[in-house]
Amino acid sequence: MDVEETNSDQESILLKPELPVGIIGYGAYVPRYRLPASEVARIWTGGKGGLPVKEKSVPGIDEDVATMSIEAARNALARAGIDPGQLRAVWVGSESHPYAVKPTSTIVAEAIGAVPHVQAADWEFACKAGTEALVAAMGMVGSKMARYALAIGMDTAQGRPGDALEYTAGAGGAAYILGPAEESLAEIEYAYSYVTDTPDFWRRPEQKYPEHGQRFTGEPAYFKHITAAAQALMEASHTGPEDYRYAVFHQPNTKFPQRVAAQLGFKPEQIQAGLLVPVIGNTYAGAALIGLSAVLDQAVEGDRILMVSYGSGAGSDAFALRVTAAIESRRNLALKTADYIARRTQIDYATYVRYRGKLAV
Amino acid sequence: MEVPRHWRLRQQRYALVGEVCPHCDAKLFPPRDVCPHCGQEARTRFTFSGRGEVYSYTHMSDAPAGFEQNAPYTVALVKLEEGPLVTAQLTDLDGKPVEIGMPVEMVTRRIRSDDGEKGILVYGYKFRPVLAGPR
Ligand SMILES: [Zn+2]
Repeated sequence: MDVEETNSDQESILLKPELPVGIIGYGAYVPRYRLPASEVARIWTGGKGGLPVKEKSVPGIDEDVATMSIEAARNALARAGIDPGQLRAVWVGSESHPYAVKPTSTIVAEAIGAVPHVQAADWEFACKAGTEALVAAMGMVGSKMARYALAIGMDTAQGRPGDALEYTAGAGGAAYILGPAEESLAEIEYAYSYVTDTPDFWRRPEQKYPEHGQRFTGEPAYFKHITAAAQALMEASHTGPEDYRYAVFHQPNTKFPQRVAAQLGFKPEQIQAGLLVPVIGNTYAGAALIGLSAVLDQAVEGDRILMVSYGSGAGSDAFALRVTAAIESRRNLALKTADYIARRTQIDYATYVRYRGKLAV
Repeated sequence: MEVPRHWRLRQQRYALVGEVCPHCDAKLFPPRDVCPHCGQEARTRFTFSGRGEVYSYTHMSDAPAGFEQNAPYTVALVKLEEGPLVTAQLTDLDGKPVEIGMPVEMVTRRIRSDDGEKGILVYGYKFRPVLAGPR
């Protein structure tokens, strides 16, 4: 940990809006198809070697980040109970936007009925594009520029056939409507962002699949940024691991979040509810946010939650949340994260190749 | 390229936005501005719930141009709970048998690409079997 400020400086590094802000509605989405990691191994390694997840989610042939964001946003609206015309921002963070040029967010805003009096934009920062949009939405609501703002993290990630990423690159994410804390089901008490220029994973514009720095992706990238962000947030807010009932970390595979949680002093039971990567894979910009939606599905009033995202390139956004009594009446107003995970259709590698457009004809 | 038509139809396609007759309360889809029940003007916007049931259906193994990559698929006449019948693709079936009266719900999906790899993406309503869970 190399943050060297004094206590008062530490508090000033926190991102905390003037007007207290919280989540007034949230919604998850996971497509129904599952590709077991053993099926990828059967094709590429003869079934040998350890597997980073049990299986990953795969979108149907008629699904993409726009359609998946629309369903998650509709779930968030059902829980928030607001007129979509009251949203002043619709923001979608992803690294698999359907168009290279043309916003996903306008499609989503139109479909949920939020147009035309609305800010719309697509966000990019590898796997933290969704939490970036969440921090910006805190600013919009916290400054009273907007009463309500929608931030989504959603991905349909692709790995090169046979690459290590092909075992884990999944599809899914979650949508969050922020509003004044007094209307919220969970107040966001603080956020904190930690960013450096670290080239651990990238994709140039003309390339279909990303490149990664092999072992460089671990220590100086994922572990360094998540640890620094979580520690700075906890120190500056005078909290420790024992103050949080739940913790959610970005989850590119099963081992990384388990290890970073242990390094930070969290117990396995604190991360269990939000650890979805073994059954849906790495949902990139959706990963931390859908972990949080699974936690909100079962949290109770007073529970504190720490969420830390990670985006290659690189940076982490950390959030401290406190659940309010409103969670009880709102969580059953839409399908839960587990409902989507439970609807499961297993596919083989050949079907996967067809659904993901990997077949050149 | 049919960009102007796709653009004009986007709200009814993305979100089942139709009309309600201010005179007899009939719900209209697609919007047609004149109520077929009482013959009076009906221009009030109405967004359908998206819930309905299968009224009839047919399996398509030879898809028309632009829909080849979805084949085989099922097209259904869905009776919306507000009354109107709409024709739409069923999705997320996975070989599950379709039955008359089966409850379905609207989802917004990618319908097709307008001009191969270069054109706009066309999004619109499909229906899937209702998902189990709270609501
Ligand atoms: Zn009428």
